Amino acid sequence: MNELLKIVENNCRLTDAQIAMMLEKDEGDIKAMIEKYEAEKVILGYKAIIDWDKTDRESVTALIEVKITPQRDRGFDRVAEKIYNYPEVESLYLMSGGFDLAVLIEGKTMKEVAYFVAMKLAPIEDVISTATHFVLRKYKDKGVIYGAEAVDERGNYCG
Amino acid sequence: MINYESCIPSHVKAIKPSGIRKFFDLVSERKDVISLTVGEPDFVTPWHIRSAGIESLEGGKTYYTANSGMTQLREEIAAYLLRRFLAKYDPRTEVVVTVGGSEAIDITFRALLQVGDEVIIPQPAFVCYEPLAALAGATPVIIPTKAENRFKLTPEELRAAITPKTKMLVLPYPNNPTGAIMTREELEAIAEVLEGTDILVLSDEIYAELTYGREHCSCAVVPGLTERTILVSGFSKAFAMTGWRLGYLCAPAPLCKQMLKLHQYAIMCAPTTAQFAAIEAMKNGDSDVSMMREEYNRRRRYLTAGLHAMGIPCFEPEGAFYVFPDISRFGLTSEEFCARLLEEQNVAIVPGNAFGESGEGFARISYAYSVEHISKALNGIDKFTKSLGK
Repeated sequence: MNELLKIVENNCRLTDAQIAMMLEKDEGDIKAMIEKYEAEKVILGYKAIIDWDKTDRESVTALIEVKITPQRDRGFDRVAEKIYNYPEVESLYLMSGGFDLAVLIEGKTMKEVAYFVAMKLAPIEDVISTATHFVLRKYKDKGVIYGAEAVDERGNYCG
Repeated sequence: MINYESCIPSHVKAIKPSGIRKFFDLVSERKDVISLTVGEPDFVTPWHIRSAGIESLEGGKTYYTANSGMTQLREEIAAYLLRRFLAKYDPRTEVVVTVGGSEAIDITFRALLQVGDEVIIPQPAFVCYEPLAALAGATPVIIPTKAENRFKLTPEELRAAITPKTKMLVLPYPNNPTGAIMTREELEAIAEVLEGTDILVLSDEIYAELTYGREHCSCAVVPGLTERTILVSGFSKAFAMTGWRLGYLCAPAPLCKQMLKLHQYAIMCAPTTAQFAAIEAMKNGDSDVSMMREEYNRRRRYLTAGLHAMGIPCFEPEGAFYVFPDISRFGLTSEEFCARLLEEQNVAIVPGNAFGESGEGFARISYAYSVEHISKALNGIDKFTKSLGK
């Protein structure tokens, strides 16, 4: 039921009861469906989108382009596994085009990210080269625009 | 010193300010109100549509268009009405692009009504029909629709209201504020009553895209109504384009010609930028409309279920983005109920009588708001009704 998934993807803090009202279903059915999705790993997790710049936490995000030599029988998977097991790695994608893996990493400082690339990522066997791009500013993430003012300007008419 | 009072004609003085306005003024005096009052989408106009407007400005498209609207836009409107509702209109002679649906209603009344004519208006309904018909010199004849008929106009009610002076019937469906719709069969029954008369129908179908569970049936495709229908619609609700002020009317060519005269002298043409944006909306906006409709539908179900859970009776609205619950059992008038709800819980909804006397005992709640927002408002309504102890 894609509609349920869309609702949860958009806001996972809604209660089962609220979702049930939106979909004209029983609360128990919604609970069961979500549990089934969780068991089947269709729903993999729930995370908030946080604008860390509004807090006192320092953080930098970098996108690292990685070129690798694919391994016989395992293709890119073995190398990918070695990379995504590092907790610093936020996201990892196999890409078409000029490089093979896109690594999104978050660190406290640029130095910390540089250390990760130099000491952990680049030395991995089969990694041919890396190119690190630091994110200067996040405008939009997961469909959410950063810093957008939510002022309701409506209600100035008589309709 | 000019005596302004004596300058103002009595028929203008007689027009009452909108009841919604009065309530909005109350709301605007307060802070952090959880409002479910507005009658416009909370979505911003989809970006590709805004972009088309911006590009037209960048390209220097800042001149008047043809009085009846750009040819391409009229063609797109005709193609859209055919594609969505099977309605057939000739873009050359049967479509006029207007400044919102409101202008279309105004010029239809002024072009086709005269002193002595009666206009039948089912209520509760949008606030503009009665004053605009009166300004055109006609006499509004109100039919109070009933909750037990799901606020639909019945053939019996219509038959009883028709006199030899009846010139026009307004059909405001899908309805603001009740969320009522008229099905094809119900419209056919209306057509039967009108058969053999010259009574015209102004069908305000501005909410045509926002129906839930079944597709909207346009008066323009109902045998017996087609030839007498002035179809009014626009871009505001379906495409979230309220501020662009763009609507249209479609009618048989001999009628359209008359409305066009008023439009060309009073307005010249609808805003050019908005027309360019509207072309993009007609060509590539269908998926935006479905996305918004699905979202409204979830909120509609949420709000209706929430009211039911509190024991507030509320018939299932099938169109627009309002629910119209029955609050009569709390022993307060609509205005008292809404004023106290505002006072005690800072939640704003609109008294039903703002849409005609037959709305007394009801309130309009808009669901053009996020579920989180609706949820907060429902909590307030729940606390308030519990405090009334009924």
